Amino acid sequence: MDNAIATVQEHGADLHAAHEHVALPQHRHHFETEEQQREAGSFGMWLFLLTEIMFFGGMFFAYLLYRNWYYPAFAVASNQLSVPLGAANTAILITSGFCMALGVWASEVQKKGFLVLMLVLTTLFGLAFLGVKTVEYHEKWEKHHIPGASFNISEFTNPAGFGLKEEPLAPDMAQKTQVFFFLYFAMTGMHALHMIIGIGLLFWLTHRAHRGDFTAGYVAPIENFGLYWHFVDIVWLFLFPLLYLINRHPLH
Amino acid sequence: MGISPVLWQFLTKWLHASALFPAEASGISPYVDALYFFLLLMTVVGTALVAALVFGFSIRYRRARNPVATQIDGSTLMEATWTIIPLAIFLLVFVWGALLYFRIYNPPTNAMNIYVVGKQWMWKAEHPGGQHEINALHVPTGQPVQLTMISQDVFHSFSIPDFRVKREVIPGRYSTVWFEATQPGQYHLFCTQYCGTQHSGMIGEITVLTPDDYKKWLQESTSGMSLAQNGERLFASMGCNACHSGNAAARGPNLAGVYGSRLTLANGSDVLVNDAYLRDAILNPSQHVTAGYAPIMPTYQGQISEDGLIDLVEYIKNLQSNYRIQQTLVTSSSDAAAPTTPPQGTITPYMVKP
Amino acid sequence: MSSTSTIVSLPDQSTAKMPKRHYINNEHGLLSWLLTGDHKRIAILYLISITFFFFIGGAFAGLIRLELLTPQPDLVAADTYNKFFTMHGIIMIFLFLVPSVPATLGNFLIPIMLGAKDLAFPKINLLSWYLYLIGGTLTLAALVLGGVDTGWTFTTPLSTHYLNTHVITAASAIFVAGFSSIFTGLNFIVTIHRMRCPGMTWFRMPLFVWSHYAASLLMVLGTPVLAIALVLVLLERLIGIGVFDPTKGGDPLLFQHLFWFYSHPAVYIMILPGMGVISEVISTFSRKRVFGYTAVAFSSVAIALFGFFVWEHHMFIMGVSNYSALVFSLLTMLVAVPSAIKIFNWAFTLYKGSITFETPMLYAFGFMGLFTIGGLTGVFLGSLGMDIHLTETYFIVAHFHFVMVGGMLMAFLAGVHFWWPKMTGRMYPESLSKLAAVTTFIGFNLTFLPQFILGYLGMPRRYHAYPPEFQVLNVLSTAGATVLGVGYMLPLLYLGWSLKYGAIAGNNPWQATGLEWQIQSPPLTENFLETPIVEHEAYDYDWLANKTRNEVTTVG
Repeated sequence: MDNAIATVQEHGADLHAAHEHVALPQHRHHFETEEQQREAGSFGMWLFLLTEIMFFGGMFFAYLLYRNWYYPAFAVASNQLSVPLGAANTAILITSGFCMALGVWASEVQKKGFLVLMLVLTTLFGLAFLGVKTVEYHEKWEKHHIPGASFNISEFTNPAGFGLKEEPLAPDMAQKTQVFFFLYFAMTGMHALHMIIGIGLLFWLTHRAHRGDFTAGYVAPIENFGLYWHFVDIVWLFLFPLLYLINRHPLH
Repeated sequence: MGISPVLWQFLTKWLHASALFPAEASGISPYVDALYFFLLLMTVVGTALVAALVFGFSIRYRRARNPVATQIDGSTLMEATWTIIPLAIFLLVFVWGALLYFRIYNPPTNAMNIYVVGKQWMWKAEHPGGQHEINALHVPTGQPVQLTMISQDVFHSFSIPDFRVKREVIPGRYSTVWFEATQPGQYHLFCTQYCGTQHSGMIGEITVLTPDDYKKWLQESTSGMSLAQNGERLFASMGCNACHSGNAAARGPNLAGVYGSRLTLANGSDVLVNDAYLRDAILNPSQHVTAGYAPIMPTYQGQISEDGLIDLVEYIKNLQSNYRIQQTLVTSSSDAAAPTTPPQGTITPYMVKP
Repeated sequence: MSSTSTIVSLPDQSTAKMPKRHYINNEHGLLSWLLTGDHKRIAILYLISITFFFFIGGAFAGLIRLELLTPQPDLVAADTYNKFFTMHGIIMIFLFLVPSVPATLGNFLIPIMLGAKDLAFPKINLLSWYLYLIGGTLTLAALVLGGVDTGWTFTTPLSTHYLNTHVITAASAIFVAGFSSIFTGLNFIVTIHRMRCPGMTWFRMPLFVWSHYAASLLMVLGTPVLAIALVLVLLERLIGIGVFDPTKGGDPLLFQHLFWFYSHPAVYIMILPGMGVISEVISTFSRKRVFGYTAVAFSSVAIALFGFFVWEHHMFIMGVSNYSALVFSLLTMLVAVPSAIKIFNWAFTLYKGSITFETPMLYAFGFMGLFTIGGLTGVFLGSLGMDIHLTETYFIVAHFHFVMVGGMLMAFLAGVHFWWPKMTGRMYPESLSKLAAVTTFIGFNLTFLPQFILGYLGMPRRYHAYPPEFQVLNVLSTAGATVLGVGYMLPLLYLGWSLKYGAIAGNNPWQATGLEWQIQSPPLTENFLETPIVEHEAYDYDWLANKTRNEVTTVG
């Protein structure tokens, strides 16, 4: 067997062709081709999202356990969340996802102005989502539904006194609503944290897009950020029914 | 056992005398030791085999003796061999260990129950007859003893190495373990789950007595009130008797004889009424509403200690009639004296005569 | 079973010359190291940091053994002792064992072994190191501020409600260090999938790469669950939520499940890379292809897969349902089998080899014996009825030190010695290193064999004081620890010495196969002048023998 570590010279012709295809300034030297770099980046982002699923998964597991144990408390507590606000947020996030997807397309067909517009819209919708969440959190604060020392269960033991059409809960079950609210804040809070990070990245990406960085053939950051943003969107699509829609009856 | 009893005695007694092996002081100890010796044998043989292969091959095929290496890809037959044989041995160990586990954690029906409460950093043992011990436990030989344990704060673990038993003691629910002591003597009690500063100080002595000595000890160390009697007091003072009076139209279900029975709950499920159920029903009543009753029982979470809960559980366990409950209701609402002698048939085993 | 004969002669060391340009002298200045993207430089940065933390963790081990010389709690206060074993555990596991082989040897070698110029994401690789440093700094902060005494397992409700030490700092430290681990794993997986050079198929990769692939899967999928478990502990401690508090409806056992869901795969994260090292070392010093390459490769992945399904075996006595205990015990027995397969494959690699006994090989032999004992004692613990007696005692301590120190640490030292010539261009002093290896082996056995006996006697773990009849065994153990400490100090000294005074290595002093041995020592920054094209199998000594005959070495 002859020396089997051959060199690239025998294949020079093919590689020249590959290099001529795209000669991007962002091509990192340790990748052989643009293609390899792009695929590696995308793969890396999918893997990272898998780790995020495992991260959120721990909280989903806790939710599963406690909802199973304390179903009445969870149902009543869930009914205290505002479905209109939650649904609005869902629509806002889906729209922002749509804008992001259009942005990815814009980057691929090299339309700079449209890309910047889509990124700005995505950011605005993201901010709107956070705004609605702030309103919701504030409402919880007012009603003493934030777990901890100031948590108040009277709305659950005496719903009639608050004008609510709910079955009153026994005090020990009413205490368990604290577990629901803890999970509510932990899960939506962790989600909001990811949104904030995403919005920060959007500012940076918008700035760079405006400079034309992503409309000259280099689309990876927009694509990969798109993956991240869609993931954050999907997490919300699970959170919304699990947290807001427990045992809701359709309006008649 | 499969091995010679003489060899067995040699191994366990001689090694024990050299402080290299714990005493075999409970019924299950020899069985645990048997598994241990098998596993030791497996380890020694396995290690010797690997050592023999490594040393054997490396000496036989050292460079000086074998300058030319022969490239070998592998052998599916050998792979199968050293997959299947270890797997078979491990599966045998699994079955053996599983059988032992079920034996250690499933107490026999004639087991005598003693409650243990662990807290930072001491053990409290509460005998049904009212004897209380701190960092100590007296038990008789020849009688299965079940320990019903709970922690007042963090995880602890109740371990008696010479009995080969150990179980975690958990805050929030009962855990149980049982043993039958076979030899009088004193044995170590350790807390084996790290629980803070004085974890190494949470130790004690298990004293195993002959049945006669044990009876004597019981009589000498009684505080006068059995757990059930304490429970009876608490039952009245905390107002349980008001709803669980045993009357037909009472707001709460009748508790006489409920222990050990199957109950249908308001949500349709069927439960066995055991210690854990009773304790949980007192703390989280809305999840344990008997079918046909309204969910109006208040929770006693935070108002009663684990000791108090044990007293109540022990009381309800032994409750066969509501006669005395009725009495407490009567006395609390009138000036009539309670009768001094309970009628025949209501004396519970652990009540000590005043 | 195909076989061919090969004879490989070791090169004459005295003719070796140091290359003019390599990754160390390519750029100068502190910033060129601190802001590097070169995987080799990052590996060296990691090597320095983990060595630093290893000796701190080791110092705590020394203090623990010192206290345990006497049955009375007479050296330090109880709280102090609790802080000792907590810090020993946290530092050794998260700051030493988890990154040891992957972040140093893995970082250095995986791109080269695959014929690539670097890992897929060099900047993220550097970020991993900085996250590791932040985690390490926070750990030191916890130490300096007064220590933490939860035990490395952070058991709730002790850690959430019953301690007033620096739990938050320590938990944050591990949280950050965990992300270092996740990013390293992510980098490896993408590199292995996407950056193999032409001809480098999956089944031509060295087994070192396979084992890192399996470990990376565990890192990426398991570590986030630890992260969320720690976040929940932090929140419970900060705001008093009740997610683990039974009086508020929580369940302390939930923490156990979340914690062990990571921490069991963690032990495989720690050992798999070490097993990869052993494959390389045994093959090289027998001059033979690893016996059953495919079996060893698949067994690594099998360990990773099964490793995710056994976590409850850390909780057998904690009041879990008897039936779930059955399932997890059965799975534990299954996960033991792939490790057995590897041991036998390595042993049979020696068969008909041409064996020499350089230091890496000595460490590899030590690994095989000690890991066998450690692994088999794991079977004791996986057996339900046996576990009841043995759990939470020194038997567990002995078991995991056998697999982690007798196994993993020996593998790490084998790897450091094996690839030292490649990383530094220098040979270490062989007789001194052999002495250190033997010293370590003797010291290790003396330290930890008595602990098996103590465990069966019932001596609990994490005990500051113990009954007097346990003293003799404890004294033996401490004596062994002293010898072990000497054994670990020696490499620090002579490896440092060799940087200046060691013999020049040349590019393949061991005449090993593998792409890393076909380039200069130390390698160029870009690893290869031209992308390799691989047409030979892994561990192909025939190819190597031919190549050596026809070789003209190009040096940068």
